[in-house]
This record gives sequence, structure tokens and C-alpha cells, in this order.
Amino acid sequence: MLYTLLCYHQEDVVCAWTKEEDDAVMQKLAVVQERLAKAGKLGPVARLLPTTAATTLRKDRDPPLVLDGPFAETKEQLLGFYVLDCANLEEALDIARELGAANPGGSYEIRPIGLFHDGGARP
Amino acid sequence: MDEAPWIGTTLAAARPQALAALLRYFHDLDLAEEAFQEACLRALKTWPQKGPPRDAAAWLVFVGRNVAIDAVRRRAKQAPLPPEETFSDAEDAEAEIAERLDSSHYRDDVLRLLFICCHPELPATQQIALALRIVSGLSVGQIARAFLVGEAAMEQRITRAKARIAKAQLGEAGVPFEAPGAVERAERLGVVAAMIYLVFNEGYSAAGDTAAAREPLCEEAIRLARLLLRLFPAEPEIMGLAALMLLQHARAAARFDGEGTVILLDRQDRRLWNGPMIAEGLALLDKAIRHRRPGPYQVQAAIAALHARAARPEETDWAGIDALYATLEIMQPSPVVTLNRAVAVSKLRGPAAALAMVEPLGDRLSGYFHYHGLRGALLMQLGRPREARDDFMSAISLATTAAEAAHIRAQLDALKQEAAEAGHGA
Repeated sequence: MLYTLLCYHQEDVVCAWTKEEDDAVMQKLAVVQERLAKAGKLGPVARLLPTTAATTLRKDRDPPLVLDGPFAETKEQLLGFYVLDCANLEEALDIARELGAANPGGSYEIRPIGLFHDGGARP
Repeated sequence: MDEAPWIGTTLAAARPQALAALLRYFHDLDLAEEAFQEACLRALKTWPQKGPPRDAAAWLVFVGRNVAIDAVRRRAKQAPLPPEETFSDAEDAEAEIAERLDSSHYRDDVLRLLFICCHPELPATQQIALALRIVSGLSVGQIARAFLVGEAAMEQRITRAKARIAKAQLGEAGVPFEAPGAVERAERLGVVAAMIYLVFNEGYSAAGDTAAAREPLCEEAIRLARLLLRLFPAEPEIMGLAALMLLQHARAAARFDGEGTVILLDRQDRRLWNGPMIAEGLALLDKAIRHRRPGPYQVQAAIAALHARAARPEETDWAGIDALYATLEIMQPSPVVTLNRAVAVSKLRGPAAALAMVEPLGDRLSGYFHYHGLRGALLMQLGRPREARDDFMSAISLATTAAEAAHIRAQLDALKQEAAEAGHGA
């Protein structure tokens, strides 16, 4: 069974870490990640860039609406995610619109990824 | 504090919001700061046992406001100190305050706090020092180190700046405490954005030994821009400002050699550039461009983005950069912008075309280091070493940092070398 672990934290606190504090946390995480990877248990790992870099596509209407900022509604729940390789935001939005047409309702938050490792674990 | 370092970072992160809201309640910066300090002390006492509150800023506003009201009453009546239990219902009232904090009210609070630091009577360096002290909450010592002055001198500078804005607040020129209208809000955003970019440049323009000490200024500026963006998520120029600073700061590790000498863009080891910072900058710029409301920060960010997108200097889109500088020349006409455009022109159409563009700027830029630096380099490429030497000598006399002087000396050495080789060949 594959599980995904979704990381929540206060962004303004994490963004206020000094480079040393940030490096220290990443180093400690790397130790655990390495052990998990060796055991074949680690899948893709991503660190997302701040929500200020996010764009939201509301696909509960036609045409869908593009909004600046992260997804902010609390009535909807996180049900899945994609990782896409795009040249720019426009391409990411085009793909999101295409996916949205196949599955209308709800929203997609489009957020750039800062760090990405393809862990290697497969189902 | 050592046992719970998370409290320190939580308090620091909540500071702008909490202080800004307290300023709205009290209309007095000193009282607001005092209230915030007192609330922080209580947080240090109670949070380790009770755990952090759901909304740290709301907690600090609530407690800070009560403490300050008590202080004012005590001063007025010399009444006995109210029991600690007065604050124990903080958790219940928190939700109500949090709601108010989330509203547009609170967005204008933070903008007002930043805007008050930008009082036009204050010189730029005092605006920056004040914003770093009041909004970012850096210590006087940290700010003094970044500005390379003594702590006592910085303390005095900040105290004087505060007194000046306190006086201005009492007069007609004071910043009003009601919510601003749309035009006023836009004007405030523009002024605050300019101040944030000043903070950034104060850090970015440093070189040599001082570069490391001043780097926190760049980080603070980026943090302030992110703060503004969270409050005003649909402002393309704020996105542009954040993108510009991120794309420039991403090059920090590659900008200096071991001796602190500036390494120019086309000589930098691009593997040292910060990938996530570039990604964030590009993403913000993409967002900004969708609004189709271009402005100077967006155009400058777009120029920085074209540099960032080139894996090797040869791959730089100089035609794109030339076109963007042409746009910037219309938006913000300045000889310095034209000088920068000439660099792109030299890559596109050669040194002669660039020199033709640079020559007319002589009247206005004859006292400017980069004018002589670029003119010298162009003349050198055109095989006019004597004139190039004159310009390099002018540039050296105008250099404001050791790194700038060292860069020009290297150019002079190259000139000498060329002359020697030419002599050899003849």
C-alpha cells in the first residue's frame, strides 16, 4: 500500500528560519529519508515553494476562474495531486483546465515545487 | 527561550500583524510596541505549559491590548494590578479577534505600519532602519551591524526617527487610522514597495567583507514582500518586486570570489545559483504577467528572469533584454537605464552601436562609476586602448567599494597585456 504524507506547518514561521536552521532541519530529514530509500520505502518527495507563488483554478464554473494565491476554501478536502513538468504557469494552467474539463467541480491549486526527489519506491 | 526555540520564531513571525493591529487600537507606536513586548513576555511564560495558541497573532493582540489598557489605567489612577486571571479567558475571545484579523481591516493595518515608517521627511536610511526595527523586529545591534555603524549611533538614529514620526502623526500630515480608499491604498503600496526595494539594495549593493553582514537585509526585504503579497495577493507590481528580489538574490553565492571581488554575471558559476529561489521568482513573474498591467518592477524582474533562464551566458536572450530595457526607458526614463540597455546592445549589435548609445549620456553620467566602466570596456573592444585607459582611470577614482576598484584594475591589466601582446606580434 502506498501512503502519502502531507506536510502542514505555519508558512511565516518556516520562512522566518535562518539558512542555518533550515539546513539543519533538511539535514536531519535527509538522514531519515536515506534510510527509507535504502529500504525501498521512499517514493517522490517534494518541498513546495511559498503559497505566495501559488495560483488557484476554480473549476466549479465554466469557464474556470483563475485566482491569485493558494486554495483557501475549507469546505473541500484534499483528494489527490499531480506533479507536472511545465515550461511556465500558462502551460500548467492549460493542463489544469484540460483535467478540470474531464472532472469539473472543486479547484486545483497550482504551486511550484522547490525541491524534488524521485524516491524510487513503486507499488 | 532555549528550551522552546519555536516560541521565538512564532513571536517573530506574528510580529508585523500583531504590532500593526495594536497600533490601530492605540494610535501610538510606543504604546503598541510596549504592549507587544509585554504580550511576548506573557507568551514566554504561558506557551511552554499550555502549548502555542491556534492563532499566535490574535493571542498577542488580545493580551497586548489588555496589558496596555491596564498600564494606561494604572498610570491614570494608580489602581492595583489586576489579577492574572483577567487574561485566562484569552482563548475564548481569540476566535473573535482572529476573525477581525482576517478581514481587510488587518491588511490595511500592516500596510499602515509599513507606510508610517516611510515618512517623506525621513531620509531613506532612516526609513529602512525604522522598518527593520519596528516591522521586522530586528535588534538595534543587528541593524547596526548591517549598516556598519556602532550600536549607540543606530539606537540614536532610530529614536530620532521614531520621535519624528510620532510628531508627524500628531499633526495634519499624520497617517490617518481609518481604512484608506482604493487610490490611497495603491499609493501607500507604491511607497512601501519602494522602501522594501531600498532595504534589498542596501544589502545587495554591499561587497567584500561587508557582504555577509548585509545579506540579512536582502532576506528581510524578501520576507516583507511575501508579507505584502499574502495581504494583497492580486497586485502584479508586488509580485514583480518579490520576483525581482528573489531572482537577484538567487545569485548571491556566485557574485563574489574568495577575496570579495565582484564576479560579473557572464563569469559567474551558474551552478551556484539558488534553484528554488529562481523557481519562486519565475513563478511570481508568470503570475504577474497574466494581469497585463506591466510596471517597472515586473519589467526589471523579466530582465532578471531572462538571465536566470540562460544555463550558459552564451544562451542569454539579449534581444529580449534589449526590448525590455526599451520598455523600461519609456516607463522610467533615466540615463542609468539607457546605460544598462547599452550592455544588451553591445552583445546584440556590437560595441560601436553600444558606444553610440552611451556617448550622449556623458553630460549626466560623467560622475558615475558604471558609465566609465562600460565606456572603457567598449573602447577596449573597439581597439582604442588609450581612450579606454582614460575611462578606466576615471572609473577607479569613482569606485565606491574595493570590489569595484579591483574589477577595473583587472580591466587595466587586461589592457596592458593586450598592448604587450600586440607589441610582441609587431
